[in-house]
Amino acid sequence: MDIISLQQVAFQYNGGFALQDVSFQVQKGEVFALLGPNGAGKTTTIRLLNGLLRATSGEIRVLGCDPLKDGIIVRGKTGVLTETPALYERLTALENMQFFGTLNGMAPADLKARIAELLDFFDLAEHADQRVGTYSRGMRQRLAIARALLHRPELLFLDEPTSNLDPEIAHQVQDLIIRVKKEENCSVVICTHRLYEAEQVCDRAAIMHKGRLLAQGTLAELREAAGLRKRVRFTLRNELTDGAWRQLLATPFVEEGEQSNPNAFILDVEDYATVPEIVAWLVQYHIDILSVTPQQPSLEEVYFQLQKRVEVQCEF
Amino acid sequence: MNFKKITVIARKDLLEVRQNKAAFLPMMIIPLIFIVLIPLLITLVLPGIGGAVEDFTNDPDMQVFFEVMPIQMRNTLTGLDPTQTMIVTMLGYVFAPMFLIVPLMFATTIAAESFAGEKERKTLEALLYLPISDQELFAGKVMAAALPAILITWLCFVLYSIIVNVVPYSYFGRIWFPLPVWWWLIFWVTPALVAMSISLTVLVSTKVQTFMGAYQTSSSVVLVVVVFFIGQMTGVLFLSQRVAFFIGLGCWALTAIIGRIAVSSFNRQKLLTD
Repeated sequence: MDIISLQQVAFQYNGGFALQDVSFQVQKGEVFALLGPNGAGKTTTIRLLNGLLRATSGEIRVLGCDPLKDGIIVRGKTGVLTETPALYERLTALENMQFFGTLNGMAPADLKARIAELLDFFDLAEHADQRVGTYSRGMRQRLAIARALLHRPELLFLDEPTSNLDPEIAHQVQDLIIRVKKEENCSVVICTHRLYEAEQVCDRAAIMHKGRLLAQGTLAELREAAGLRKRVRFTLRNELTDGAWRQLLATPFVEEGEQSNPNAFILDVEDYATVPEIVAWLVQYHIDILSVTPQQPSLEEVYFQLQKRVEVQCEF
Repeated sequence: MNFKKITVIARKDLLEVRQNKAAFLPMMIIPLIFIVLIPLLITLVLPGIGGAVEDFTNDPDMQVFFEVMPIQMRNTLTGLDPTQTMIVTMLGYVFAPMFLIVPLMFATTIAAESFAGEKERKTLEALLYLPISDQELFAGKVMAAALPAILITWLCFVLYSIIVNVVPYSYFGRIWFPLPVWWWLIFWVTPALVAMSISLTVLVSTKVQTFMGAYQTSSSVVLVVVVFFIGQMTGVLFLSQRVAFFIGLGCWALTAIIGRIAVSSFNRQKLLTD
């Protein structure tokens, strides 16, 4: 079931388009990433999906509702981590959580237990009665994520969840996203410009650029769409002679190659299915192989490849 | 509209204002000066310097002041000795406009903190993602400013009544305060002024980015009170019941106009894109 569906959505702002012709779907239980630099339209998309803004054109459905008309219903079932933590710094962590929990319609006893559970989980229990103004950046971010999870949302939006965090805590947050997806049966939309992060956690992703969607799909589909070559890295026990290298490049299963050092090289292949043939060829010439590693293009490479293509299109 | 949600928002705003020293201290000090300090000073000092007061009330300029007074007011002064006349004139009439600073002060400070302050501290967005309507959010914030402003003014009124009656009691031998016009001030003008200053602050808050900006612009409403105070001191305008009625009416009329614009500018889309 589609938990989110956008059909040709546009949002005009100050005379220009902040979003244009954006269509995508997110299924229940999925972690979906919106990738793109600042100003790509990721935050605007989250705002539209929660009924904070009115789309100029197109159709939006979230959890079976029109978020603009049924904003209260939709927002009651979504949890949002905003780009800045947006916590009340003059209030304590507990007061913050009580305020947001009560407005989310939670019963006092349930709210109390849930706050204790989340503060404990995020290692903030000791600081519950401390004013948020005294918190470190990492603590604020953890509290803000806890707040987003407070009312057990069916759909969680995370806007740059790790951008202010130390690598260690960022890693914890990534683990947490996967855990939330599993344990709370929650669908997650994550906006990030950290592509490595998206690669770790997301099932599918959409790449945004200047308010438009460049591509979407699983990581494999995005790699396909980017048209990047498949690459395999070989390391050898001994140095490869120039003659052998030239012969290898001339074989039909190799498209291109690059020698990083005399003991290692990377080959572009049309399909990973040809790897056994390359291995057989090397063995036949008594070349000892230490390792063979398929090199998936990273999301980062995919992203830059797609972006480059758009920019080339724009120039014409 | 869900009343519980509205009160939760109002309570949170008040909790926050209490922590803002720049807002909270003046809010406490100004009423203290007008409600406690000045009445105490007048009621304690004047009876002790009877001769000087008599000279003052017999001054030709002061005589003119008493002559141009509306008959209604002059009646309350007949049969009083010079010191009693001075106390009643000062605390019963001249300071009445200053008393209105209390509701104005509370209403503008809290509203500026609640509307512009939230924007300044970038906490508004999290609030907008809650399952509450624009109207509930607006009502909660208005309530946060209106309720304390009105209730504290009433409390100050009780305190003021006690001081101005009890301290010079041996001198008057009766309860002379409140004068009829004060009922109009407290129950008609005060709510109207509060409503007007809140709508003005909300409107200003949509245009400025900081609490201080909103606070300073909207507290210029206090000028109205000052003008009124001077008007009364110079004998140009006297605070009669009729005048109080029209001031209240004027404030409500302005509230209707400003409030309508303020409400229409308070919705999620405008708050995020303006």
